Amino acid sequence: MKVVLKNVNILNPHQNVNEKNVSVLIEDGKFKNIGKLTEAELKDAKVFELDGKYVVPGFFDMHVHLREPGREDEETVVTGCNSAANGGFTGIACMPNTDPAIDSAEIVTLIKKQSANHIVDVYPIGAATVGRKGDVLSPMAELKDAGVVGFSDDGIAIKTASILKRALEYAKMFDLPIIEHCEDESLAGGAMNESVNSTLLGLPPIPSVAEDLIVMRDILMAEYTDSKVHIAHISSKKSVEMVRDAKKKGIKVTAEVAPHHFTLTDDAVKTYDTNVKMNPPLRTKADVDEIIKGLKDGTIDCIASDHAPHSLEEKEMEFEYAPNGIIGLETQVGLAFTELYHKKVLSLESMIEKLSINPRKVLNLPVPEIKEGAFANLTILDIDAVWTVDKKKFLSKSSNTPFDKKLLTGKSIGVINKEQIFIDGSFSKL
Amino acid sequence: MSLSSRHLLGLKDVPKEDIQLILDTATTFREILERPIKKVPTLQGKTVVNLFYESSTRTRISFELAEKRLSADSINFAVTGSSVSKGETLKDTVKNIEAMKVDMIVVRHACAGVPLMLTKISDSNIINAGDGIHEHPTQGLLDMYSIREKLGKLEGLKVCIVGDVAHSRVALSNIYGLKTMGAKVSVCGPSTMIPKYLDELGVDVIHNIDEAIQENDVLNVLRIQLERKAREYFPSIREYSKYFGIDRERLEKNGKDILILHPGPINRGVEISSEVADGSSQIILQQVTNGVAVRMAVLYLLGTLN
Repeated sequence: MKVVLKNVNILNPHQNVNEKNVSVLIEDGKFKNIGKLTEAELKDAKVFELDGKYVVPGFFDMHVHLREPGREDEETVVTGCNSAANGGFTGIACMPNTDPAIDSAEIVTLIKKQSANHIVDVYPIGAATVGRKGDVLSPMAELKDAGVVGFSDDGIAIKTASILKRALEYAKMFDLPIIEHCEDESLAGGAMNESVNSTLLGLPPIPSVAEDLIVMRDILMAEYTDSKVHIAHISSKKSVEMVRDAKKKGIKVTAEVAPHHFTLTDDAVKTYDTNVKMNPPLRTKADVDEIIKGLKDGTIDCIASDHAPHSLEEKEMEFEYAPNGIIGLETQVGLAFTELYHKKVLSLESMIEKLSINPRKVLNLPVPEIKEGAFANLTILDIDAVWTVDKKKFLSKSSNTPFDKKLLTGKSIGVINKEQIFIDGSFSKL
Repeated sequence: MSLSSRHLLGLKDVPKEDIQLILDTATTFREILERPIKKVPTLQGKTVVNLFYESSTRTRISFELAEKRLSADSINFAVTGSSVSKGETLKDTVKNIEAMKVDMIVVRHACAGVPLMLTKISDSNIINAGDGIHEHPTQGLLDMYSIREKLGKLEGLKVCIVGDVAHSRVALSNIYGLKTMGAKVSVCGPSTMIPKYLDELGVDVIHNIDEAIQENDVLNVLRIQLERKAREYFPSIREYSKYFGIDRERLEKNGKDILILHPGPINRGVEISSEVADGSSQIILQQVTNGVAVRMAVLYLLGTLN
C-alpha cells in the first residue's frame, strides 16, 4: 500500500535533515520518495493533506509502566501500546516492576510476544536484581539476549552500593545502562515533598535530599566503574546540579525528566487530589526552574512520562494511602510543547532530541532515519494545535491524570512504524 | 450572626469574626453546663454521626456529650484499622452513612485531608475531629477559649507551643487560630520535632524551655506520643524531660507564674510534672469542660445554618 504525506516539513536533527514543504511517499512501510511527487506516484496512494505539519523520527518514551504481567486490570502491553501510539510514540521502554518482575527471559519473551504485531516497539527494561530485591544480580546476560535494553529496580533504588557496583560492572559488558529510581530508602515513605506545604497540609514529608543522596552515590559509582548510569525522573535542584557537574567531568551519566516535574509544583497538592501524588513527588518552584535550566543546557537528556496506570478505586483512597503515579503517554507531547517549546525553553530540534533521539541513544537503539529506502518510523506533529485534554478519550486502560481538561498547544496527529499507521484514532496496515 | 462556612475543616483561613462567634457562643453553652439540667433542645431532630477511624476517647466523648446536650441524635461509628484492611473504601462508607439521611459528620482519621475529601462525597456538614498530623480545629478553639477565659483576651498575648510540633495536629490549629486572633505564637522543642519550614508560617522557633517560660504568657504543652514514631526523634524520655519537661523547680527558677495548657492525655513526669499538672493555677481540667462547650457551639452554629 502507498501512503503520501503531502506538504510536510521534515526535521531530523540526528541526520541534519531539515526540509520544508515536501511530500513523502511511503510504500510497503519504506520511504520511497521525498520531495516533489509526480502524478504517477500519487496515483492509487492514500494521501494525507498535512499542510505544514512536521514529520520527525518516531518519539520514544523510555519510562513506561505496563502492568502486564500482574495488574492487567490497570494496563496491558496492548493497551499501553495503544496509549503510546495515541500520544505520538513509536517506541517505549517498559519498567520491570511488574508481578512477577521482569527478571527472567520468559517474562521478556512474554512482553515481546504481546507487542510483536503492534505499531509501537516495546523494549523491556530488565530488573537489575532478582525480584528487584537488591540481593542477587538478575540473569543480565540472558535478559540482554532476550531483548532488554537496560536494567533497573525502578520503584526503588538498587538497595546497596555493593550490589549497584556489581550491576554496573556486569552491565558494562553489554554497554547497557543502569537506570536508577533515586531515593534513599531510610528517608522514603512520605506522601509529598518536604516544604512549607507539607507542614501546612499535615502530610508526611519526603525531603529532596532523599533523591540527592542516591544521585550522588550513583554518580560516584558510575565514575568508579566507568559504567553508565541513567537517572530516571530527576526532580530536585541539587540532583540536576550534580548531574551537570558529573557530565562536565566526563562521567557516564544521563538523565530524564517527567512532564509533571517541569509543569507542576507541590502547590498542586493543596487539593489533596491523589492524582498529584507521585514518587518522586512534585517539588518547589526552585526545583522546576533548575529542571528547565537543565533541559536547556543539556544536563537533562530525555523527556519520559513515568506512565504509571492505577485503578480508579486505588486512586480514590485517602491521600496517604493512595498509590504513587500518574499516566502520561497521552499528555506528554502536549505538555512538553506547551511548557518547553512554546515558552521558548527548547528549540524544535532540541524537543525532537529529547523526545526521540536521546532516549534511543541512552538505550543503544538505532535512531530512525528519514531517507529513501529506510523503514518509516515517524511521528507527525502539529506543533500549534490547541487542544483540551479529555481523559475519556485516552486509549490507556487507566485515567489517573491531573491534567484532564487542561488546554495544551502541540500534539501528535499520527505515527507510522512497522508498516502500520495510526492516524485519526485508528490503526491500519500499510 | 452566622459562620461563613458550612464545614469546620481546620482553622486555616477561618476569619476572626467566625472564631469570635464560636468562642462567644461557647460562653453561653458553658453557663448551661453549670445548670442542674444541662440539656437544650437546639438540635432536636438533627442526626450527627461520629465517624472515628482512629481510636479516641476524650475527643469522641466530648463530641458525643456536646451532641446529646444539644438534643441531637448521635451515632458512633468506629472503624478500627484502615479502610484498606476493612475492605470497604472510605468513599463507600461515607456514601452508606449518607444514605441513612444524616445531617452532620464528625470525622477523625489518621490521614490528612480526609475531612476535605468528605465534603466532596457528602452533603452533610463536616467537622474535623483530627486528621493525621494536619489539624484539630475544635482543640485549637477550646485552647483559645480557655486562654481567653483565664486571661481575658487573646490579642497581644505571647503563646508558646511546646513539644512534638512535627507530629501534632493540635499545633497547626493553635498556630492558625491564635495568629488570626492577634496573639504572637512561637514553638519550642527539640529540633527534630519542629518541621523544617515552620518559620515560613510566621512562627518563632526556639529550643530552650527556660527562654520559652520567660518570654511567654502561655505555654501550650503538647503530649509526647510515646506510642507513636515520636520516640525515634529524641534520645530518651529522661533526656526529653530533663531539657523540655516542665516542673515546679523550673517554673520557680524562672520566677514566673505562667498559664499552662495541655491537650491531654498527660504523660506525667515526661512533658509535665504531676505537681505542675495538678497545680492550682492550671486549667487542664477546665480545658476538658470547655471542650464540651466549644463543640456545642460549633455543632449549634453549623447545624442551624441555612
